[in-house]
Amino acid sequence: MKALFLGLVLCLAAVSAGAVNPDEMLDDPALEARAREISKGLRCLVCQNQSIDDSDAGLARDLRVLVRERLVAGDSDGQVIDYVVSRYGDFVLMRPPFKATTYVLWLGPALIGGLGVLAVMAFYRRRRAAGARRGTAPPPLTEDEKRRLETLLDDRSR
Amino acid sequence: MNRRFLYVLPLVVFAVIAAYFAVGLTKDPSAIPSVLIDTPVPEFALAPIKGRDRGLSREDLKGEVSLVNIFGSWCFACRVEHPLLMQLKKENAVPIHGIDWRETDRDAGPKWLAKFGDPYTLIGDDPESRAVIAFGVTGAPETFVVDKNGVIRYKQVGPITGRIWEETLRPLIEELRRQ
Repeated sequence: MKALFLGLVLCLAAVSAGAVNPDEMLDDPALEARAREISKGLRCLVCQNQSIDDSDAGLARDLRVLVRERLVAGDSDGQVIDYVVSRYGDFVLMRPPFKATTYVLWLGPALIGGLGVLAVMAFYRRRRAAGARRGTAPPPLTEDEKRRLETLLDDRSR
Repeated sequence: MNRRFLYVLPLVVFAVIAAYFAVGLTKDPSAIPSVLIDTPVPEFALAPIKGRDRGLSREDLKGEVSLVNIFGSWCFACRVEHPLLMQLKKENAVPIHGIDWRETDRDAGPKWLAKFGDPYTLIGDDPESRAVIAFGVTGAPETFVVDKNGVIRYKQVGPITGRIWEETLRPLIEELRRQ
């Protein structure tokens, strides 16, 4: 089981080596896996659209090394991430946190989608109401109208 | 619904988008606001570079308003900024401390300073970005204004120009000295 797990980790490491150099990697596969996971969530400050796990920039390398050192020193994943955020702010997180300043970011799409659904619903409701108005039975014919109708029909049948 | 409103709707949408762009496109996406403004200088202690016997640490930044300038011999924009730093040194305007960042060769920094001049009071050698990460630096050059209590008060991203010095940094330093 352990061998299988190790093999799996090695396979994963082989396909997604990214920018991590062999000399940066930790000997402990579990710790290294945690380091990789953390690195994927941290933005490279030089290239901005890459995580430090993907980036070849010097600063990204030094951040990867720092992440590993802190893990070896016994930090939890959260503590490592908190340290980097305390230096660079939320911007360093690839996935922005859900908090007061980011409500618009996270809730905006749902809100606009919701408004769209409401608009579509209102549109159909109004159309149905208009259809129903058209569908109601017209008032019954008056005596005069009935007579005119009969003469017309009579003319045709002749 | 009012029909006339529908006709102006595209114009309204355009105006909103144009307003967003007008503001958004003037912003520099690489200038990330520092979260360290008004916080004490982080704990750090750097060894000296070759040819000097004092490095730079947190304790050195207390007692007097000073600048901490991140530079490197590999950094082209630092060369652009360098003459201004030399000028400030000549005028004795403010102590400038340097963090020599990510030199792969221990001689590279000292050689660079020998060639272009050395405006720094103290210099720390930071080959592995220790202090640089603690300061939340994203690139070189960057310059921090530190007050006499060792609190970071301002961060300049990119080279200091004559204009930035005159309009922003000098007035700020003078104000911090009065405090």
